[in-house]
Amino acid sequence: MADLWRLIGKRLLLGLLTLFAVSVLVFIGTELLPGDLAEVILGQSATPEAVAAIRAKLNLGDPAIVRYWRWFSGVLVGDFGNSLASGRPIVTVLLPRLQATLFLAATAAVIAVPLAIGLGLLSALWRDRTFDKTTSAATLAAISMPEFFIGYLLVYVFAVQLGWFPAISRISPSAGFGQKLWAIALPALTLTLVTTGHMMRMTRAAVVQVLSAPYIEMAELKGTPRRAIIFRHALPNAIGPIANVVVLNLAFLVVGVILVEVVFVYPGMGQLMVDAVSKRDIPLIQACAIVFAITYVGLNMLADIVSILANPRLRHPR
Amino acid sequence: MSVALLLRRMPWITRLGLLLVFLFAFLAAFGPWLAPYPEAEPVADVWQPIGTVGFPLGTDTLGRDMLSRLLYGAQRSIGLALVITVLSFTVGSVCGFLAAIAGGWADQAASRVVDVFMSFPALILALLVLSVMGSSLPVLVLTLAFIDGTRVFRLARAVAVDLNVMEFVEAAKLRGEGIWWIARKEILPNALPMLLAEFGVRFCFSFLLISALSFLGLGIQPPAADWGGMVKDNAQAIAFGLPAPLLPAGCIALLTISVNLVVDFLLDQASRRSRRG
Repeated sequence: MADLWRLIGKRLLLGLLTLFAVSVLVFIGTELLPGDLAEVILGQSATPEAVAAIRAKLNLGDPAIVRYWRWFSGVLVGDFGNSLASGRPIVTVLLPRLQATLFLAATAAVIAVPLAIGLGLLSALWRDRTFDKTTSAATLAAISMPEFFIGYLLVYVFAVQLGWFPAISRISPSAGFGQKLWAIALPALTLTLVTTGHMMRMTRAAVVQVLSAPYIEMAELKGTPRRAIIFRHALPNAIGPIANVVVLNLAFLVVGVILVEVVFVYPGMGQLMVDAVSKRDIPLIQACAIVFAITYVGLNMLADIVSILANPRLRHPR
Repeated sequence: MSVALLLRRMPWITRLGLLLVFLFAFLAAFGPWLAPYPEAEPVADVWQPIGTVGFPLGTDTLGRDMLSRLLYGAQRSIGLALVITVLSFTVGSVCGFLAAIAGGWADQAASRVVDVFMSFPALILALLVLSVMGSSLPVLVLTLAFIDGTRVFRLARAVAVDLNVMEFVEAAKLRGEGIWWIARKEILPNALPMLLAEFGVRFCFSFLLISALSFLGLGIQPPAADWGGMVKDNAQAIAFGLPAPLLPAGCIALLTISVNLVVDFLLDQASRRSRRG
């Protein structure tokens, strides 16, 4: 067991180091690029007075390391500073948007995860048969399509032609849970289609890998019934890789949400970041980027930890 | 394995994908000469439906000919993605090979830097850089090539580390073959399906990323036509029951599906080969 905890501790440390490096990257990306940030923010309307005002407001006179530390220590306690465009504290802008994005991502995950695992299992068991070949072609198409193609296609069919769901996913705070689900039906379906393909292919690969292991061949040679092979020998060993696949794809989902939110004008983090980019609201862009990065790095770390935990050789050391 | 042998083994669906890839390549090469109208000038009323006389694919939100813009866009979208991929493939694989051969602290340092960039979602990184640097063409190409290059680096490094210790390479060395002969007759044929597949994967990655950025308004700037930007321009039309944004978006989807069909076949060949070997 000591080995197991050491491995997990190592992975956690690596994750924290990565997050630190990513925060430096976000800071460098927005602050240390060529040109004066104040002039970049103001663009065409840069008068000397306005530039000086912005410089003072952002403390651009201080050395980069000092500014980085001020920003980073703020981020650690959830203080991202104020938005340049609206002047409001970024946390108050960010939190409801983050909530909306998580609601959308979670809804998509609830549909996509069981669907992908089920289809992946079946096509691994029926390998190279018609079902496998059909789903393989369908998922190849699904993962190749850009999110906005699937999104607008669904809008065209289900919102414009059939009129079943709204084309624009606005959510009023007073709406009930059912109403909210109805409003996000199309974006959630888009995300589901995009991630199910990836997840299904990876699940299939993981199960195929387990099924080709020597102990499965051994069980077959002993004459173990197929059902017992699958449920007693294959599945317990495939759970680790599958859990890993699922968490990894949740990370895809959180990033894929950006384009989907723009297609459906959904008031989430992705839309917020794209708006911030068009307004050159640098502190808000930094905040969005770091929140996306934390989610992404965090989920990737979780995926690794899950696969460490699920490895029977580490759980039951000799 | 020769290219002819690869062709003969292809199932029909892969052949269809390959045919479409060549068709898109042809359109990208000659699109602007085939286009009946200029890309940036309004030539009719806005949002003419598909099948209008003189405008087979209708007109867009400013009354520009959709077909002409799709053809111009083919050259710009596909051409740029190709430039980015060639750039990232060259730089990424050279650096990857060098890191594998050099080993030691140089390899460690390069690999850790690449790890950090790969742990960061590509779209977010691109948004971050382009929002500050502005979206000029050189910035766009260099940013995407760099992001893409980190992915190529990791693969190239892994391949180089693996191939050097292969038994058939050792055997050829013991037979006294020269390095050039080994590279040409032993390593390249074995790495060919893998390299071609990776090139396809990277192409799709940059092509989708550049389309996504243009769709968000941060990629290729108007009035130049490109497929991602055309989706953005015509998004409003869909509310009026016109499938206008689906045309460029469908082109993007069709091209990436075609490339992925070929990639899938090549990866399958590569994995069968490594299982046999």
